[in-house]
Amino acid sequence: MATTSAPSTAAAATGAPEPVLAVQDLRVWYGTERGPVRAVDGVTFEVRPGETLGLVGESGCGKSTLGRGVLGLTPAGTALDGVVDFKGTNLVGLSPKHLQKLRGPELGLIFQEPMTRLNPLMKISEHFEEALRTHEKGLSRQQRRERALDALRGMGIPPSRYHAYPHEFSGGMRQRIMIALALVLRPAFVVADEPTTALDVLVEAQIIKILADLRKNFDTALVLITHNLGIVAEACDRVAVMYAGHIVEQGDAREVFANPQHPYTRELLRSTISLSTTGLHYIPGSPPDLVRPPTGCRFHPRCPVAMRGCAEHEPPEVVLGSGVRTACWHQALEADPSLGEELGQGGRDALAAVKEISVADEA
Amino acid sequence: MSKQSGGLGRYVAQRLLLAVPMVLILLTLVFLLMRVAPGDPVSAAAGGKLGPEQLAEKRRIAGLDKPLFEQYLDYLGDVVTLDFGTTFVDHRKVSDIIIENGGATLSLTLGALFVAVLIGLPIGLFSGRYRDSAFDVTARIFGITTYAAPVFFTGLLAQLAFSGTWLPTSDQADPLTSLNIESVTHIYVLDCLIAGDWNAVEDGLKHLILPSITLGLLIVGVFIRMIRINVIQSLHGDYIEAARARGVRERRVVTQHAFRNALVPVITVLGLQVALLLGGAVLTEKTFNWPGVGSTLITYINQRDYIAVQGIVTVFALVVVLISMLIDFVNALIDPRVRY
Amino acid sequence: MPTKPDTESAARPDPSPGAGSGQRNDVLMEVEDLQVHFGMRGGALARISGRGGGAVKAVDGVNLTLRRGEVLGLVGESGSGKTTLGRTLLGLNRATGGSIRYGGQDLTELSERRLRPLRRRLQMVFQDPHASLNPSMDIRTAVGHPLRIHRLVADDEEYEAKVAHALERVGLTPAERYLSKFPSDLSGGQKQRAVLARAIIAEPELLVADEPISMLDMSVRAKILQLMLDLKRDLDLTYVYVTHDLASAKFFCDTIAIMYLGRIVEQGPAEQVFNEPRHPYTKALLAAIPEPDPNRSVPRNLPRGEVPDAAKPPLGCSFHPRCAAALPHCGWERRDLRALLERRWLDLAPDEYARERALIGNLDALAEPGPTRVLVTPGRGHSAADVLAYFRRLREEASETEPREPFWGGVTTMSEDGGQVVVEFVEARDPRLLPVVDSVSVACHLYAAPGA
Repeated sequence: MATTSAPSTAAAATGAPEPVLAVQDLRVWYGTERGPVRAVDGVTFEVRPGETLGLVGESGCGKSTLGRGVLGLTPAGTALDGVVDFKGTNLVGLSPKHLQKLRGPELGLIFQEPMTRLNPLMKISEHFEEALRTHEKGLSRQQRRERALDALRGMGIPPSRYHAYPHEFSGGMRQRIMIALALVLRPAFVVADEPTTALDVLVEAQIIKILADLRKNFDTALVLITHNLGIVAEACDRVAVMYAGHIVEQGDAREVFANPQHPYTRELLRSTISLSTTGLHYIPGSPPDLVRPPTGCRFHPRCPVAMRGCAEHEPPEVVLGSGVRTACWHQALEADPSLGEELGQGGRDALAAVKEISVADEA
Repeated sequence: MSKQSGGLGRYVAQRLLLAVPMVLILLTLVFLLMRVAPGDPVSAAAGGKLGPEQLAEKRRIAGLDKPLFEQYLDYLGDVVTLDFGTTFVDHRKVSDIIIENGGATLSLTLGALFVAVLIGLPIGLFSGRYRDSAFDVTARIFGITTYAAPVFFTGLLAQLAFSGTWLPTSDQADPLTSLNIESVTHIYVLDCLIAGDWNAVEDGLKHLILPSITLGLLIVGVFIRMIRINVIQSLHGDYIEAARARGVRERRVVTQHAFRNALVPVITVLGLQVALLLGGAVLTEKTFNWPGVGSTLITYINQRDYIAVQGIVTVFALVVVLISMLIDFVNALIDPRVRY
Repeated sequence: MPTKPDTESAARPDPSPGAGSGQRNDVLMEVEDLQVHFGMRGGALARISGRGGGAVKAVDGVNLTLRRGEVLGLVGESGSGKTTLGRTLLGLNRATGGSIRYGGQDLTELSERRLRPLRRRLQMVFQDPHASLNPSMDIRTAVGHPLRIHRLVADDEEYEAKVAHALERVGLTPAERYLSKFPSDLSGGQKQRAVLARAIIAEPELLVADEPISMLDMSVRAKILQLMLDLKRDLDLTYVYVTHDLASAKFFCDTIAIMYLGRIVEQGPAEQVFNEPRHPYTKALLAAIPEPDPNRSVPRNLPRGEVPDAAKPPLGCSFHPRCAAALPHCGWERRDLRALLERRWLDLAPDEYARERALIGNLDALAEPGPTRVLVTPGRGHSAADVLAYFRRLREEASETEPREPFWGGVTTMSEDGGQVVVEFVEARDPRLLPVVDSVSVACHLYAAPGA
């Protein structure tokens, strides 16, 4: 995806610290019987220390694949291309041995389903012992214990439960333990993949609070993957909206929620049912098949403001004054009207009324 | 939220109490099955050889003239006092048979188990770990072949291959060396050890090799498949991915996380196999002329000695209950989730 | 449990003037003191001996009136009993007490055989559309299944026509396109539509929908909700909407019952409950929902802890251990003492923690439910006086800190007795579901009439 002339100075100007992780044109695809699925197709973003980036999208948009891909934790049969620059090292193509050493002390992952993520035969203490013994060989037994208890305490797990087995904890407590287990090694970068989806409302709020506090108390850079826009609003500094393997819009969370630029972001926000919902709104159709994605802008078949040219030409990414980056022809033309030539004759005409999309195409 | 852990003692007590109705049901079944057989044990075994009065007398001695329910109570009472009856044809006490021939069966079972674990465990673990590799494919073919090959076939093959070599192909021991070994435990190799006769120990072990391999190969197939599948499954476990994400070394992920969890269900299968072996090694015992309980049972079945059969089957049933209970205890020891 | 749920209250909301005319014949179903208790697994021995093994009170004394044409929301977290209650309304779970009046009969007393014809009028939609369609059955067979079961069609022609009609009703048009498809050919939303078609084909009057949209994608949820609203309007349906999602409940429901550990804690017209939540639990739930509004942030004063084990519910009000506004008689007990200590220990330095932890000799025993008097054994090397002094110090400190720790209000006396410390609590009182204003009822001592 080409970035237009608009200079990407937003970050540099503020004198923000160097990003911990800079992803550039990352592609992740895996083979199926019908052909390769391009789950992540040219994605660029970065995260700075102490910053939380929310990665939102519907199921199948590639957000989880992206999260795993960055950590090199994709299943066998997956191919990666592009650059994942972590503190100057490109993680793509790094040897498994080298990656293993980084995972834990540098790169962490928090999972969706906490119930099954702890080894049922090992005590909580053994999990911590293992992690600390693997990565911090210099610690004494006493030091390891103190580090573990510290991490657990921070997550609200009383020290009196240190020697209990996983099955003795509830789902919410297990998720706290998982987070403690990731943070005990003080990683610089953490991916949290739908960490609250399996939890109850109140526990979800507790965990969101913990994650929101994380950026204040540690310098951890966090990518929070979720389908829940509310969680992004409450726990994230910046947000990246994914659709069909692309990031269609990214920027300051407040800004994006207040002034969504990309039509998909707008439609997604409108169709979310929240406490202030007074009418039902939905996006017609369904996300595309990633084996054969639509040409041009991938959202054009469902887009209420699609133009003829959108169906043929992939929109360039533009950086707006607010620092928000978006990939939509409407914004691109506004930023640089000369681009209109690329769309060709009649390219700006409305696309013959988003063709009657029936239930046949719905998700 | 927190379930009381460490209730192992209570769990064991509970499990023991639960075994009581289980044993009762089994005993009732054994008793009823024996009565369902046409005719009564006495006329079945001695019919045609004795006159009607003598038969009636024999029946009275065996208590077979009493009402069915009373017989049932007698039977239960006898079992409780570990009196499993006396055989009809040669007046041996069933408990003596168990003691005298049980040793041989036990040696064979343990030998076979040793072989099965020795071969099956590493092959199964490796197969699962390196799924679909050349090794895995070979191991699976090996597993299926050994499972499919009938015992007498493997046994005969072994006998053919080794007859006349240093490996004995029949019997539990050399008749000459066994002469001066006193039966204390009725487990031959142990008795030889007690007697301090190292030649006899070596001879006993040698005799164990072929029958153990034959019987062990029979269950090794089940083992390999079972372990392999469990390893594959636990390698896909969520906690495996989580351990990898924490940068736990791959070797430790496989051994500590995957293998340990994979072996928990295997314990159960292992125990049930032992139970099967104890009662079902008949063919192997026959092939190798092994003086175990199984072959003794066959002899009595052929002679239609129902009392002997009932006694031996009762003991088998009790052993199965005992082993299944042991499995549960072992499971409770390794898997903290079992205890409540 | 020393306290018995008190459910005889006249807690049913008055008919709201807007919805229906409020006449008796508007009542579709009347639930009274409904109880669904499940025997515990695990203790096989206890089951044989018929004693010991406790029961999970999944639904524990619920009163409800379901009016024709309304959408009743059963809202709660896991373990609240909302799903069990929904299923029991259709006879899919057996009630262990109380009654469900429907069409002049008590559903709880009917045999499976007598229930079956009624099931035509009472249908269920499950959470997972994928799991509720048999993968080897094509849509024609799956959707028409109720017609066969209840023998509602004379011949294949009528069958085809009815199935096609139902499919078109739920938006699967043209029906011919879907008749021969298998569930695996359909998307999540389409599957849920097929499930809805199956539910309405036998012309039911009540639909219990258990989280019908929570497994679907954001962009489809609104579509399915809209479809359900359309169906309700066209077919005169009554809905029971079971969910943990307050946002969709607020939009979708006429009346709301908020459930916690098997009981209704607040009940009333949706608008009133959402605009002015009264029960501390309802307040907490509403405050905790993440809203896509970046100007709002997560409240700092979230209820502590999690939903307790339903097999061992807290004494008194089930919510009291998590409630910041709890009163002395809300049901304080030994487990709360343990929780209090463990919460305190979270903030201590390791050596301080070790010192305080060593004072208590029987921490594990404090994890079990028990009467309102508890004996605390001092740890090795400590005397009862040490423990007593420790507790007194904690109480002293708590009286000086904000927010107020409600636990200490529930402690009447602490004394030494035979080398142990006796802590006595205020006798627990179960809050009854009582009308607070108009049609809103709340089960909370904060709203009880003085002296009640």
